[in-house]
Amino acid sequence: MKTLAMHISNGIIDGPVAAVFAAFALAALTLCVLRGRRDLDDRLAPMAGLVAAFIFAVQMLNFPIFMGAVSGHLLGGALAAILVGPWVGALCVAVVLIVQSLVFGDGGVAMLGLNITNMAIIGTAAGYLLVALLLRVLPRTPTGLAVTGFVASVVSVVAASQGFILQYWLGGATDVGTSGLGALAGTMAGVHLLIGVGEGLITATTVVTVAKVRPDLVYALRGLRPAPAFPVPTTAEAH
Amino acid sequence: MRRSRMFLLGGLLVALVLAGVVSNFASSHPDGLDSSLRAGCTFDADDNITGGSCPALREQAHELETGPLAGYGVRGIDNPYLSTGLSGVIGVLLTFAVGGGVFWLARRRTRNGADATAAPTGTTATTDPTGATATAARD
Repeated sequence: MKTLAMHISNGIIDGPVAAVFAAFALAALTLCVLRGRRDLDDRLAPMAGLVAAFIFAVQMLNFPIFMGAVSGHLLGGALAAILVGPWVGALCVAVVLIVQSLVFGDGGVAMLGLNITNMAIIGTAAGYLLVALLLRVLPRTPTGLAVTGFVASVVSVVAASQGFILQYWLGGATDVGTSGLGALAGTMAGVHLLIGVGEGLITATTVVTVAKVRPDLVYALRGLRPAPAFPVPTTAEAH
Repeated sequence: MRRSRMFLLGGLLVALVLAGVVSNFASSHPDGLDSSLRAGCTFDADDNITGGSCPALREQAHELETGPLAGYGVRGIDNPYLSTGLSGVIGVLLTFAVGGGVFWLARRRTRNGADATAAPTGTTATTDPTGATATAARD
């Protein structure tokens, strides 16, 4: 029986292209550490560990789409970006992918740079761009935050899936031709649109729950004018 | 800070239940990526490729496929529910330890010199100074 695999397996993308993306991922994660350190204080550090652990757990929960023939699972970029910010958020997803590859045999070790680029870098960046945009125009209510989490997740997941298409265009091991690549791009986008809906529901539920319990722990709500529904996202609250 | 610690414990508990119990009810169908890569090939009941052409044809074995937790199961435990659940619990704790550890080491030390010298390592570090010093420094 085939073992459960959720990420890019060995042999799918050529070695040299995988190596280039490994170098890119390393550079991007280094930048995330440098910028993320500004956000990482004594309070955010354990919270970020929890976000990584939570994403690991929810990634195990494949939910059925297409009436059950195909499954999808959380990628987590948008969720992490909302809860701990884009820099630390990307690192959270990367930690999950590294643990999955090195310990659980999911996603080839040689393919780690590709997987990190798609889900940790592209997924989190796309998600955060949407969050930054939407939280400016939407009301700061549970509904506003839920819509933000949902839309950011859908865009994040589809963007991550197209990162794979770029990689496959550069170094796909099986030559599928231009039309085949277009078809693959369409299939990936369509499936991941549906997965994004599932991810959006999970993300919206999670961030609204955290915002109700501890609004000060939601990174995306920091510095925003406090709304009645989510009071005190300021530093003074800590006392 | 007590409330932060309670929140962490609560969050970890939710993650442990999801990975340890709910994971057994997850769909075992190929995920979005996998199914896209399999389009064009035919498969037998054991999921081996029997014909056609698709990107999944070139898939190779994982470097660490014989690891003790490979494939989200614990090697040597025959009960599938126990095997999946236990691997999930280990995974959550491991991810929290690795992630939390890295973030704790990389965190911005407070300007208060006393705090920076008390470079915390080990288990007490993740639980102890969460609130007091940070709060003091922030003021």
